[in-house]
Parts: sequence; C-alpha cells; structure tokens
Amino acid sequence: MTDATLSVSFAGPHVTIQDAGRPGLMRYGVPASGPMDRSSFRLANAALGNTADHPGIEVSLGGLTLQCLSGAVTLALAGGGFIAETPNRTLGTWNIFTLKAGETLTIRPGPWGSWTYLAFAGNLQAKQWLGSGATHGSSGFGGGKLTTGQSLTITNAQTRPDREGRISCPVWARPRHVLRCTLGPQDRFFDAETLTTFTTARFEMTDAFDRMGLRLRGPALVPVEALSIPSEPILRGSVQVSGDGTATVLLSDHQTTGGYPKIATVISYDLDSFVQCRPRDAVAFQTIPPQQAIETTRQRASRFAAFEDRIRQR
Amino acid sequence: MTPTPSVPIFRAIAERAVLVEFGISLDQAAHDAVLRMDKALVANPCLGFREAVPAFVNLLVEFDPLTTDHPAVIDHLRSLLSAQPKVHKPSAEREVLVCYEGSPDLNAVAQQTGLSPEAVINAHLSGDYAVFMYGFAPGYAYLGGVPEAIRLDRKPAPVRNIPAGSVMIAGAQCLVTTLVMPTGWWIIGRSPTPILTQNPARPFLFDVGDKVRFRRISPAEYEAAL
Repeated sequence: MTDATLSVSFAGPHVTIQDAGRPGLMRYGVPASGPMDRSSFRLANAALGNTADHPGIEVSLGGLTLQCLSGAVTLALAGGGFIAETPNRTLGTWNIFTLKAGETLTIRPGPWGSWTYLAFAGNLQAKQWLGSGATHGSSGFGGGKLTTGQSLTITNAQTRPDREGRISCPVWARPRHVLRCTLGPQDRFFDAETLTTFTTARFEMTDAFDRMGLRLRGPALVPVEALSIPSEPILRGSVQVSGDGTATVLLSDHQTTGGYPKIATVISYDLDSFVQCRPRDAVAFQTIPPQQAIETTRQRASRFAAFEDRIRQR
Repeated sequence: MTPTPSVPIFRAIAERAVLVEFGISLDQAAHDAVLRMDKALVANPCLGFREAVPAFVNLLVEFDPLTTDHPAVIDHLRSLLSAQPKVHKPSAEREVLVCYEGSPDLNAVAQQTGLSPEAVINAHLSGDYAVFMYGFAPGYAYLGGVPEAIRLDRKPAPVRNIPAGSVMIAGAQCLVTTLVMPTGWWIIGRSPTPILTQNPARPFLFDVGDKVRFRRISPAEYEAAL
C-alpha cells in the first residue's frame, strides 16, 4: 500500500474532481453534479476495474498538466479525442498508461471532443460534500476545481501493467449532433410555428458554456406569453428559453428550479454525447414521445452495460 | 385545461420524470397540494422512485426508466391523490437570527415603502414565513410570507458579490443566502444562522413546508454568534 503524489503544473478552467455525483438532493437546491459526459467517465473507471463512483478528474478544453512527485500510478483516459503527452510517447484518449515519479503528463485538446476523464488505479483523495467528491462548479463544494500548484494524493496507488494499452472508443461516445428530446414540460408557452422552428432549425453551439449549461445560437424561440411563471423544478437536459428566445441546454450543475419556460428535455444518454460537441458545431432537436425515450434508453443501457463489462474484464 | 389542486395535470418528461402541476399561479391551495403529494410519495414511493422536487405549484418526480415508465408512475401518483390524507405532524418551526444594523438596502427599502427603517424591521419580524421551495443554489430556501407593507419589485440590475448570510427580500419572498452570489433582491439584514449546517445527519436547516421565524439580534450578538 503506497501513495502517489501528483502536482498540478497547469490546469485550465473547468477542470474539476468528479465522481458519479450526488443525486437525491435537488429538493435542497443541490443538483447531482458529476461528470458532464457520464458514459465516458464510467468507462474510464471500468478500464481500471474501478467502481462507477470512483473519483477522477474531468478535463476541459483548457487542458491539464500533472507531474508525478512520488510513487507511481496507472491511469485511464477516456472521453473525447484529446492528446496525452506521456513520458514515453504521445497517445490519444482511450488509453491506459502509467505515470512514475519525475514524469509529466500533459492532456490537451485533440481532433474532437470537449471533455475527457482521467481515472486512477488508486484512491484520489477528494474533499467530500454531502456524501460525494463531485465538484459543484458555482460553489466549489466537493472535490473542487484544480488549480496550478496544487498537489493531489492517490492512496493505495497501483501500477497495472496488465491493463496498459488501448481501450476501444464506442461509436456512441462520439459527439452527437441530433438530440432526441420530449417536448415540454412548458411547450404550451410557444406557438405552433415556434415549435416547428425548434424541431426543424439548426442551432449552433456557442462558447457561452460551463458546467451549468450551454447556450445555443439560432432562430429566436420567443414565448407567446412572456408571463412570469412560478419557478418550477428543472431537470438536467432541460432546454430553457429566455425572454428573448435564446435556448440554453442545462447540464451537470444546473439550477434546480427556474421560471423560464422549458420547451423540451433532452434524454440523458444524448446529453453525454452532446457535451462532446464543440463551439460552432451545428445541432438539431428531434422530438420523440416519452415511451420511445424509455425504449431508446433501455436499449442503450443494455449496450452500455455489455461494453462496460468487456472493458472491465480486459 | 387548467390544473387544480384536486385535478392536477401530469406531464411526462424525457425518459425519466413526471411533473405534477396543481396550479398555474402562486396559490396556497396548489402549494398545499404539492406538499401533500410530496409527503405521501415519500411515505409510499413508486417502483423505481429516485427523487421528488417540490416547488410552488408543482412537484417533479424522477424515476429509473429501466424499472418503470411514465404511465405506471402517473397511476401511482394519481392513487396518492385519492388516498385519505394521513394525519401528519404539524410543520416544524425554525428560528433564524438576523441583525439589521448596517445592511446596505435597509434605508432604500424604508424610502420606497414610506416607512422608517425601524418600521421596516418590525414589519419583517412580524411575517409568518414558510419554506416554499429551494432553488437557484444549494441551500437557497425561498420563504413566502413577507408582509404587504415591505413588498418591493427586484432591483433593475443585480448587484455582484453579495456575501453569504445576507437576509434579503423581493415581492412576497425572503431568502437567506448561503454563497457569495449576485442578486437583485433587497438586502435588509445579515444572519449568523447556518442554512448549510455542516451536520451530515441534517445538512440543511429547513425542509420544504417548515415555518420560519426571524429573531432580531444586535451587532454585538451577531459578531459573537459567527
């Protein structure tokens, strides 16, 4: 049983410690947080045989450089198509490799994707809040944002040469530009023409994004009655429309209630691949009935489970 | 169709939630119906239940789409409506300490309402507050019950970096902040009472539905209580 110590030589904005999140507390104003792309995060942990709620690091387009000060630890990198400069060679995401004392790892954006996940063969020490180390961005509660100069401790750090090498990247982990959603729950605040615009127009990702939500550019979806509706509970994936008709897709650290009408709600799995799109990518919404949303989710969940098992058994 | 407390509208959301609407505008009967269904659901959760989020006039119910679906959840929620309401214990009453001296907007509220600062304070203390919902940020509990005499619209533009523990009002609502945040509400006091309690067994001071009473403290008591 030995520790590894890493020093953060550089961390871009929105680089945070995450685990599977803290669901169940929205009634107290606390969103679940957790990874933006939950599927890739799970796969990074599965690649090392870890449980799904094992803490790891979410890396944004801002990138991350870590230096190993002591010990050694095997790492898995999954999510997006980033570049990892490791001591021996330059790798893409979807790889397992080992970092030893004196060595440096730099993760930077590559050909595609907006988020990547670093999982550890060992226990990354993360400050807990309400039973989870997931970082809630706007408060900084939980494991927290990584800052340059900070050090990280991995207890029970292991090297796993048996697991090193490539992991296959499933096709559904790639960016998704058509988002399946159900209409509502406040679609009644939009006229028929606006609802048609919503389902037929192309929207563009903007660079106005953080872990709370992502603003889209596109035709204005102006509500018919800009009346003040009493604040309603919000789900991750809600497409919230402000008074001027701008749509924002709400993500991991979303506010739990809000008074803007929600024209539609994106299904969970599609959010994972939506967040891997980049600013200026085009996206469109495809509305489906709730029953189809459930069927799609069940099929996808069984495919995911089978894939995760294969990666875990490697 | 307009929802009512006895005949709510059930809206299916994505693959995993139902929103139950008991009304469309701020209305006590609709809010009471939210609290009743929330309590009934906690006592008798549906298959695959994940969490329920009460708000002013609606309740969000999230479920596991791998084990249940919208129609089954809606059937269950409908059965809770017709079930005899169980005798439930009265809502808890929570006390929040507040020091009014030196607050940035006390004089502005006095000016706009035509009251003296002391009368604004007395009006605020006299309110019967209840927690309607949480929102915006962790521990942000929206308290309804600000007396008519000191109800003001929000400021035209938010002010940045308002410290945690600020006691602020807008319209019929009052809120004690838990984080440094921008706000357009009127800050009339500061409170040393933690809403995020740091107690793992009870991490939040209030439950939705709790009654709240403010108790005035002096600046010296405020400093001592921090």
